[in-house]
Amino acid sequence: MSANGAGPLLEVEGLVVRYPVSRGIVGTLARRPRRFVDAVADVSFSIGRGELLALVGESGCGKTSTAQAVLRLIRADAGSVRFDGVDVGRLGAGPLRALRRRMQIIYQDPYESLDPRFRVRATVEEPLAIHHVGSRSERYAAVVHALEQAGLTPPELYLDRYPHELSGGQRQRVAIAASLALGPELLVADEPVSMLDVSVRAGILGVLDGLRRAGLAVLMITHDLSTAARFADRIAVMYLGRIVEEGPARAVIDSPRHPYTKALLSVVPRRDPRHRVNAQILRGETPNPIDVPSGCRFHPRCPVAIPACSATDPQLEPVGDRHRVACLLAGR
Amino acid sequence: MKPPLLQVEDLHVWFDLPDGRELHAVRGVSLRVAEGERFGLVGESGCGKTTTILALMGLLPPTASVAGRVVLGGEDMLARGERTLAPHRWRDVAMVFQGAMNAFNPVRRIGAQLVEPMELHGVAEGAAARRRAGELLERVGIPAARANAYPHEFSGGMRQRAAIAMALACNPKLLLADEPTTALDVMVQAQIMELLVALTNELGLALVLVTHDLPIVAQTCKTAAVMYAGELAETGPVETLYHEPRHPYTRLLFAATPDLDDVEGEVVAIPGAPPRLDRPIEGCPFRPRCDRAFAACVNAPRLVAVGDGHLAACHLNAGVAA
Amino acid sequence: MTTAELVEAPPVPVAPPSFFTRLRRSPVLSSRQALVGLGILLLFVLTGIFGPIALPHDASLKVGPVFQSPSLAHPLGTDGGGADMLYLLIDGASVSLLVGFAAAAVSAVIGGLVGLLAGFFGGRTDIALMRLTDYFLVIPDIPLMIVVAALFGRSLTNIILIIGAIYWTSTARLIRAQTKTVRERVYVRRARALGAGNTRLIVRHVLPQVTPLLIANTVLLIAYAIFAETFITFLGLGDPSKISWGRLIENAFQDDAILNNAWWAIVPPGLAVTVVVLACTMTGQAMEDAMNPRLRAGHLSVRRFRLRRWPPGSP
Repeated sequence: MSANGAGPLLEVEGLVVRYPVSRGIVGTLARRPRRFVDAVADVSFSIGRGELLALVGESGCGKTSTAQAVLRLIRADAGSVRFDGVDVGRLGAGPLRALRRRMQIIYQDPYESLDPRFRVRATVEEPLAIHHVGSRSERYAAVVHALEQAGLTPPELYLDRYPHELSGGQRQRVAIAASLALGPELLVADEPVSMLDVSVRAGILGVLDGLRRAGLAVLMITHDLSTAARFADRIAVMYLGRIVEEGPARAVIDSPRHPYTKALLSVVPRRDPRHRVNAQILRGETPNPIDVPSGCRFHPRCPVAIPACSATDPQLEPVGDRHRVACLLAGR
Repeated sequence: MKPPLLQVEDLHVWFDLPDGRELHAVRGVSLRVAEGERFGLVGESGCGKTTTILALMGLLPPTASVAGRVVLGGEDMLARGERTLAPHRWRDVAMVFQGAMNAFNPVRRIGAQLVEPMELHGVAEGAAARRRAGELLERVGIPAARANAYPHEFSGGMRQRAAIAMALACNPKLLLADEPTTALDVMVQAQIMELLVALTNELGLALVLVTHDLPIVAQTCKTAAVMYAGELAETGPVETLYHEPRHPYTRLLFAATPDLDDVEGEVVAIPGAPPRLDRPIEGCPFRPRCDRAFAACVNAPRLVAVGDGHLAACHLNAGVAA
Repeated sequence: MTTAELVEAPPVPVAPPSFFTRLRRSPVLSSRQALVGLGILLLFVLTGIFGPIALPHDASLKVGPVFQSPSLAHPLGTDGGGADMLYLLIDGASVSLLVGFAAAAVSAVIGGLVGLLAGFFGGRTDIALMRLTDYFLVIPDIPLMIVVAALFGRSLTNIILIIGAIYWTSTARLIRAQTKTVRERVYVRRARALGAGNTRLIVRHVLPQVTPLLIANTVLLIAYAIFAETFITFLGLGDPSKISWGRLIENAFQDDAILNNAWWAIVPPGLAVTVVVLACTMTGQAMEDAMNPRLRAGHLSVRRFRLRRWPPGSP
């Protein structure tokens, strides 16, 4: 059924998402030139079936905007997003709607993700109703199956519950079930466990892991490197709208090549109090995307920057097996 | 041996519920914090850790009732409720709140908001207070000149630093921090924790760090207590808690936390949910979720010593000499 | 790479409470203020519906001397035409309440629709609709009502439409704000990401969240509408063939009730309007309070936490 059976399911190339900056009253009256912020500034990556890519970065790095552009919930200003070979940006309303069945999203906040007036059955059935799929009995079967896939067993116990009767972890599973009802091929998970208690996170991540092994492609957005290291096949580290390092999860974690990645990994706290901390705490905070530094975006905070770094904007270059880094010093 | 700076004995907190019943949120918590010590209070949502430190500050709502002793510097602050507690508030024990970034008044300058507690508690006034506000800002890593800025001009990390400065305004001996880094990026989190550690070292300040994030406590605190269902499950030096846990919840909580140093290791989920606190709990509160529960667990365990400065409330420890 | 697959225990199934239990427990009915308000309204509504039918004869029938003070036969005395004031009051209730409720309904529909569309679609739709709202907002309501009533005739339908067309602006603003809030909620965005169209989003997700607020606001509108009807009619612009409370007051003035010291011709209808408006306000206010939990007592209370002996009985 796929047009592009051999290649990756999702291919993002040169993605740019731009937001206008408010000029204020004075600016508008004085007709100051409109300025823009590139929340996503030339991002390229791909995800294959059964692969989990973790998009990691701090706030303001553009990971959420990237995910929304992938699903065409917002418009990309440049670049392309190809899903199964088809350019998502050029689709009309009808084909786009059909595409929604094949890629889905789950959000960070399980307490806000479900309509409080819908029972679980209605929430999970909604995508089927929206796309006019299946008869009553077929929908019931699909709902039950989706609940089971999300780990809510026995499903009958949950069908008539309201969200307020469920815990955070259970609600997130309902959201997952709702996204699975149509049998998507790509799932975008935006910080799926950051608002859940530690003891239930592994359960949710386990569900995503199981789905991945069954062939689902997953784009997981997270700020938690430990989770990414454990559950992702590949990790892409974003900084100020760009991917600065991307590769197999083990490679990025064990042999990071970008100074930002190295610094991030060094400051993530470990469980073992005896861990020898060698934290490279960067000074200051991520600069405002309005004032992007010249040359390499990271150079003002980089502990190993050389003069060339302020002049040249490095591109992603391969440094290992499917491992790419955007740093002038990476080769050495 | 020096007496501890803070000694909490058998602290209980109840909340009135709309239908006339009560929620027993904190059920007999005792802990000890020495001068200049960094103490971690760890637990998941609903375990009572925030309520515990709010009780230490006397910041509970009128629907709350409290019992127990909270001895700070030799005096029981809770002896006569608000009357004995108020003199200590902010002067001896101060708090950095969860979401402190949003705890600033948006229409007043940061400097003025730092001066306010100083004047309220009689620590400094006027020009002297403003000078001290500038010093405090410098101490937390913000240039003193920024005192004239408004909160929205500060980034999230800077506001958190300013909130810490405000807590230090009256030179307290004990700082209570409620999830100070929860909404912050990893790098900013590291900066704030580095700041807190430096402050406790430089000022001899004691710190009680309340969080659900075990690794942060493991890296910055010397001792910690793990709370579950309003009670202490285990308390002791953090190294011991990690390497020799004596309560299944402690062990499982660590096992549920992914770690960069153990990427291949299994990450577990703990089945079930914490018990409801609006009704009496039969036996050990963790029993329904415990992987090592046995016959004795139908009776509530008591917190007993299982090592040097190490206590745990679990029947599995019966027969272990203190 | 396995993770321990342990699912949390499912919630204990609890039979959902019956409709009446839910009704009884709903925040609206548990507020004494709301109950009192609703009770009064119910009383008046029942009077308005069944009263006129129960009257033995036409209310404006002359049954006694003009401006006779209250007596056993006529508890509220007689008006300037010798008709029983009590009967007139009951008869007038049906018209006043009818206009009040109908006009409030018209306002609610217009305001609700404008607010919903403006809030949901935003952008140019929002700007255009809010401009429209602003125009209606700045028009002085009383003069407009007078002018329109004078121009377009004095039927009951016109009165209802006029009042309805003036008072929708605050509702529109309120509903617009609420719609904007709901539109940003995660479950609405999620439904959109699933491919839901605007109609579905509005009808199934936004409307159920907005409707309670609309109802609470409408109750308050009823108060405004009844009052508006009263003074429009009092100014002589009401439907001449119908009796309403405003009519009664108008008649009383026309017939020089004050000169005759006939307070019973003026006070009862005025009082009736006041009481109904009060009842609406109590109910509407209680409903709005119930919907906004943050309005309840917060942490700025003067009282503090209490101390307790534990275990009980210890010194």
